[in-house]
Amino acid sequence: MPSIYGPVTDWASDFDHAEPAYNANVHQIWDDLLNKQQCPVAHTERYGGAWLPITHEHVREIAYDTEHFTSRSVVVGVTKPSQFDPQPPPSPIGNAPPISSDPPFHAEARRLLLPAFSPKKIDPWAPEIRRICHQLIDEMGDVQFIDAAQQYSQDIPVQVIARMLGFPVEDADKFRNFVHLVLESVNEDRETRLAKFMIFDEYLTVQVNDHILNPRDDLTTYLLNAEIMGNKLSPEHVGGTIILLLVAGIDTTWSGIGSSLWHLASNAVDRRRLVDNPAMIPVAVEEFLRAYAPVTMARLVREDFDFHGHAMKEEDWVLLPFPAANRDPKVFDNADAVIIDRQENRHAAFGLGIHRCLGSNLARLEMNIAVEVFLERFPDFELNESEEVTWSVGQVRGPRKLPVRVTARS
Amino acid sequence: MQIRVDAEKCQGHSRCYALAPELFDIDDYGNAHELNDGVVPPELEVRARLAQANCPEFAIIIGD
Ligand code: HEM
Ligand code: SF4
Repeated sequence: MPSIYGPVTDWASDFDHAEPAYNANVHQIWDDLLNKQQCPVAHTERYGGAWLPITHEHVREIAYDTEHFTSRSVVVGVTKPSQFDPQPPPSPIGNAPPISSDPPFHAEARRLLLPAFSPKKIDPWAPEIRRICHQLIDEMGDVQFIDAAQQYSQDIPVQVIARMLGFPVEDADKFRNFVHLVLESVNEDRETRLAKFMIFDEYLTVQVNDHILNPRDDLTTYLLNAEIMGNKLSPEHVGGTIILLLVAGIDTTWSGIGSSLWHLASNAVDRRRLVDNPAMIPVAVEEFLRAYAPVTMARLVREDFDFHGHAMKEEDWVLLPFPAANRDPKVFDNADAVIIDRQENRHAAFGLGIHRCLGSNLARLEMNIAVEVFLERFPDFELNESEEVTWSVGQVRGPRKLPVRVTARS
Repeated sequence: MQIRVDAEKCQGHSRCYALAPELFDIDDYGNAHELNDGVVPPELEVRARLAQANCPEFAIIIGD
């Protein structure tokens, strides 16, 4: 859904990251900001006041500075958190720990989840992820025209997290709709959003209660048994954490897989190289993460503060465009070229600092296997030019419709 | 060659462990650390540099 504020005429003084024109022209917009301004930080009065830094140095500085910038809300909306929720959960906890938390509580909330997402816990999921990918392709049948976003990329993270949580796999649509509600409806009014939240909340309560009665070897039971500062988590905290994992893990990974396949559908040479040499896929996936980084996060300014000459006000939003940091020519050679065998690649697609994506090991595994299986089953394919590719708007960017013509299968 | 992970900076992106598992390990809480007291055999020097160049947090230090 496009922004309620209408089209943008000046990206330096009136930017709007949720206007479709932002994602559609984002490279031009960043380049113009870099060239025009001494200290390129864009501003807007929209959303009650927001800032957009774009260099790697600035993004890094803000991500590391938890003193002046709080994570209390990481998704920019038309209402400021203080208006939306006059009695928010006490700082530094926030309503979705650890993503909404600041130090020192953040480390506690994060510590609870880290072991469940370590490489040694995540790697064993590889065969199951591979099975899911093959099954999705089997289900497409013999047709020549497919939608690689809707029929493939979208389903992989949903199916994986449903299995990890021990939820009914057929409820995938429920998760997806809920995630869209949170991420793509920033402009809907409060009542509508709350009503939709409630329905999902009831669904979650049923699932969590079922795990309380019938514990099993899955992430939900793990959360129910976990302790934070010596206390077991309340069912509400468990529910909140599950919501965070769904919101943080689904559209993001969908976008990462979709953008990778979009690149390969549009670039015959790169596609051929990876088909002929699948061992190159992990390095290529890192480059897709750099060049098409799906996630832009946000912070709130804690109190009035001068950031390199920009007078930031208390509760202004500050976007953290990791995708822009990933194109900074000071950190990356040939930053605007997609080089699938780029060897030096310290991209920030999974964030920087203490909030580093908790699911990064899982997301990487899903992206690698999704690309590998797609290329194995469809060694040749291309964009179906008769239909349009559409991209999401807002802080998570990726193709939402990806019409592809399959020209070879095995 | 000698390598070291700066524990203050490391945030557990796992790039070092993925690129050079002979040189780095990572614990359940996402803290990476160097193996073999940080001593890099000559044949692994290229990989040590690769790990350093791919760490998003600039947390890997190479000495002599
Ligand atoms: C390609 C896919 C993904 C991308 C690009 C991505 C990106 C990010 C980024 C940039 C952050 C930093 C947030 C901040 O600084 O405020 C983050 C945090 C987080 N991500 Fe991901 N993510 C992805 C997939 C996943 C998956 C699959 C999960 C879990 C199932 C997940 C769970 C989380 C959690 C829990 C946090 C909060 C960590 C904290 O605040 O300490 N993400 N992600
Ligand atoms: S790549 Fe850097 S941040 Fe990541 S685990 Fe290794 S040392 Fe830590």
